Amino acid sequence: MVIDKTKMTSLAAATSQPEMAGRSLWADARRRFARNKAAVFGVFLLLFVACFALFGGFFAQWSNEELDFSVMGQVAQIGGPSLSNGHYFGTDDLGRDLFARTVQGTQISLAVGLVGAAIAVIVGTLWGATAGYFGGRIDNYMMRTVDILIAIPYMFVLILLLVMYGRSISMLFIGVGLISWLDMSRIVRGQTLTLKGREYIEAAKAIGVPAYTIIRRHILPNLLGVVAVYATLLVPLMILTESFISFLGLGVQEPLTSLGALISEGAGTMSYGTLWQIAFPLFFFVVTLFGFFFVGDGLRDALDPKDR
Amino acid sequence: MTTPLLDVKDLRVTFEIHRDGDLPWAAPRKLRAVNGVDFSLLAGKTLGIVGESGCGKSTLARALIRMLPATGQVNWQGETDLLQLTARQMLKYRADIQMIFQDPLASLNPRMTVGDIIAEPLRTHRPTMGGKERRARVKAAMERVGLLSNQVNRYPHEFSGGQCQRIGIARALIVEPKLLICDEPVSALDVSIQAQVINLLDDLRRDLGLTIVFIAHDLSVVKHISDEVMVLYLGKMMERAPSDELFAHPQHPYTQALLSAVPVPDPQIERGKVVIPLDGELPSPMNPPSGCVFRTRCPRAQALCAETVPEPTAGPHSYACHFPGAVTQEEIAAPV
Repeated sequence: MVIDKTKMTSLAAATSQPEMAGRSLWADARRRFARNKAAVFGVFLLLFVACFALFGGFFAQWSNEELDFSVMGQVAQIGGPSLSNGHYFGTDDLGRDLFARTVQGTQISLAVGLVGAAIAVIVGTLWGATAGYFGGRIDNYMMRTVDILIAIPYMFVLILLLVMYGRSISMLFIGVGLISWLDMSRIVRGQTLTLKGREYIEAAKAIGVPAYTIIRRHILPNLLGVVAVYATLLVPLMILTESFISFLGLGVQEPLTSLGALISEGAGTMSYGTLWQIAFPLFFFVVTLFGFFFVGDGLRDALDPKDR
Repeated sequence: MTTPLLDVKDLRVTFEIHRDGDLPWAAPRKLRAVNGVDFSLLAGKTLGIVGESGCGKSTLARALIRMLPATGQVNWQGETDLLQLTARQMLKYRADIQMIFQDPLASLNPRMTVGDIIAEPLRTHRPTMGGKERRARVKAAMERVGLLSNQVNRYPHEFSGGQCQRIGIARALIVEPKLLICDEPVSALDVSIQAQVINLLDDLRRDLGLTIVFIAHDLSVVKHISDEVMVLYLGKMMERAPSDELFAHPQHPYTQALLSAVPVPDPQIERGKVVIPLDGELPSPMNPPSGCVFRTRCPRAQALCAETVPEPTAGPHSYACHFPGAVTQEEIAAPV
């Protein structure tokens, strides 16, 4: 038998090549995301807000608790934004530095949003994936529990909680965390049900992979896209919820503050001509929400190119 | 007499269907997807299972590896009845029985690299094996099925259908199974790729001494690879015989009708060929015909067929029919 020399050398060349790097679905999604201008703009907005929240405190001339007695009483006249007296964003009604307070408000609002979304991601994903994967009676009990919790008017309960146990930031985290995972668990369960019927799950079962490993190795990585999109869209919703509660006067307690509380205060003094008191918190509030929504939309388009 | 690797007796899979609108306490309706199938398979042999869509082929395959609840006996190497084992005991046998699926791309997790996919059975059944050895084995398996081993870090969507099926085969073979169940492994592939995959399976069977259960609805594919062929209809065995015997002397009218529908790659023969038409639809397995299940579409059906269920005959060529025999001239002439 004659062996074709050229073919053998080309075969040898092909087999001796170094391992090729594959392009994962994540890498594809990253490329699509980077091409989406609105999404990239959203990322920059969020970076800007995050830098403001993290490092803004270093530039503040005043702390958020100090009262500036020189402007007290004539805030409307000399409490406006100025570089000379160190109140970059002006002062609030009591003469406190609005820059420092906005930095702190942004920190608190972001923390509430991120904690709420993190609880939703962890609890909601595990709950939904477990219910969806095992199905049957377990699914029934778990999802009926969710239905019951969703049926409770959460704002009412949250307000009761805050009234009964006092207004504290931890109570706010608990309240937001209790409600945020419910929708997530429903979405994740639905997605798990579709994934469960896929042949690669069946293949893993046939191999004998234990159920827990199937969830971790096969279901969760395929859920991650949906979860990531929903989580980024959940953060602004949590911020909105917290702001609404703060606007009602039930949110975080002084001297702590949040964007919602600042907007509420600013709205109260609008008629005295101190517009900066609402403008600056509102600006950061809107920019944060825009950033999250842009990024969430971009993620959704990037992760699911078919569904545009 | 040697002990068969796999000896299946009276295998039944029954689904209980509770339809919407039924009262919660109403007895569920029974769908008998596999209704008393027997066969035995010697080590190193290939059994082809053919039948129309919905005749219970895939259900049978899944019942063998305990992915569906089944009754009957599945005796492994004459010792263990797989259906009696607990899930934990079954795990030991899962390494010996591996499966290849119909849709090559759908049976691979899109988020995992090919190397991880092929290594999954190793991680499950040989958890003590080191990463280096595992990697070497994966590469060896990839080369064995005709893939370039340097593509180990790629993802399934970067491969063609035929290559994906090779990945599936590599995954099944990496734990050196004794029995390979192929559930329509080539139905989703182009004809030219089908031949490659079939030849690969044939080579592997010869080199590794594999025993194969090969499910297909394409008779020409089954003929090429099988030692023995079983024809299923509505969850029941119609005819079972050594491959040559079945294709040369089919006894059951259903087998004859199936064979007559296979195209012959020769226009001279194809033109003169007579196709025995199979009229009507496959009856619902929820409500199968009385007596012989095939009687509603059978050209030879008589009153007896509606009354008694034909028992499969004994011997290597087994058929379940009251009126077996070669095709007669009247059947060819008569429009059914």
